[in-house]
Amino acid sequence: MQQIINFIIKNSYRLLFLLLLGISFSLIIKSHSYHRSEYVNSTNAVTGTYYKKINEVNEYLSLKDKNKDLASENAQLKQLLFNKKDTILTSKTLFRSDLNNYNVVVSKVIKNSFNSRENYITINSGKKVGIETDMGVVNDKGIVGLIEKTSADFATIQSVLNTKSKINAKIKNSNHFGSLIWDGKNVGYAQLIDVPRLASLKHGDSIVTGGNSDIFPENIPIGKIDEIFIDKKTNYYTINIRLFNDMTSLGYVYVIENKRKKEKQLLESKTIAPKK
Amino acid sequence: MNNTISNSIRFVVFLLLQILIFNNINLFGYLNPYPYVLFILLYPVNNNKSILLITSFAMGILLDMFCNSGGIHALSALVLAYIRPTLFKFSFGLSYEYQTVKIADKISPERITLLLLAIFIHHFILFFFEYYRLDLIITILSRALISTLFTFGICLLIIYLIKPSKR
Repeated sequence: MQQIINFIIKNSYRLLFLLLLGISFSLIIKSHSYHRSEYVNSTNAVTGTYYKKINEVNEYLSLKDKNKDLASENAQLKQLLFNKKDTILTSKTLFRSDLNNYNVVVSKVIKNSFNSRENYITINSGKKVGIETDMGVVNDKGIVGLIEKTSADFATIQSVLNTKSKINAKIKNSNHFGSLIWDGKNVGYAQLIDVPRLASLKHGDSIVTGGNSDIFPENIPIGKIDEIFIDKKTNYYTINIRLFNDMTSLGYVYVIENKRKKEKQLLESKTIAPKK
Repeated sequence: MNNTISNSIRFVVFLLLQILIFNNINLFGYLNPYPYVLFILLYPVNNNKSILLITSFAMGILLDMFCNSGGIHALSALVLAYIRPTLFKFSFGLSYEYQTVKIADKISPERITLLLLAIFIHHFILFFFEYYRLDLIITILSRALISTLFTFGICLLIIYLIKPSKR
């Protein structure tokens, strides 16, 4: 016993190092699995409040730009209102008749990151207003990401610019589906993979969210086709997409809750047919 | 006593500088300097080493919370704190414990070696665990190198700024 205590006292420095090393390793390994570590993220009270305060200052400095954005969004909404008939026919935008199945909550980005491979965004509303994990997030220009973690007042979003994110998407006006991923290289571009070769594609075609997703409504704009590659091994297209959204500058976002998600999942779990 | 206070002040100042200013630089869209490594390097040589380990770890984990980065800052700061005596020995020779090494004294070749080496090791671990893939080793190395130079520049600037003028 004496010797064990002696050993511990003698090597306390090294043991302390190993202990802390073990903790940080386990944190890293956890953070690289699908869901992030519980404690080390920016939804907790301290970091959340800090980013909120900083954001208030920053926002004051950029009031002019915000005003311009809001005015242009207002104009767009007015246009929708005045041309209601047309918009339903062309289904161009997010605010469509089937949006009744979706609940929309406005929120504000208080921390945005885009310089690593796994980017997360923090917003200033959480469970109190009904935000839950795996809800979709969009803004007026297009798709932003998925809710990852929530606390009472804050939530983090797994951005589209995250190598772990995978979102169902399709070519507009056709029903060829693919998966939207990000290769971690350029913040202006994302990739659409697994598009069958039968699909007819053109440079400049629009990519929108697909109907397979439980999270996003159909036809939310994502981006435009920039380059098209064919994977020779699998005969699937890989498409480079120029995102409509400038992910480096985000202000207000809309969190979308699919009210029929539970119903749909229940039905699908009862059906034996395997779901892709 | 005096040392403890100055260390705590340094801890808070470097942490605040990092999250308020240096995390938002985004040079060329992705480059951020991490001058908080100076906190670890400026820690007095003769003080308790275990406290250095714990404070570096705390610094790292706080930064991880603010950057949403898992535990990569905690790990790299901890490793740097642990290998610090070896780095001092390497750049100043065996007798480093007897001379009062203060990086803030004067910029000599030994100190530049120490700074560059320490920053590179820290950044390499940081980016390695951020990317977490061996096939991207070239990207990791190049990013670590470029960021090292950037951080080194910022560190020199900070050292010049906090250096007490003797004249």
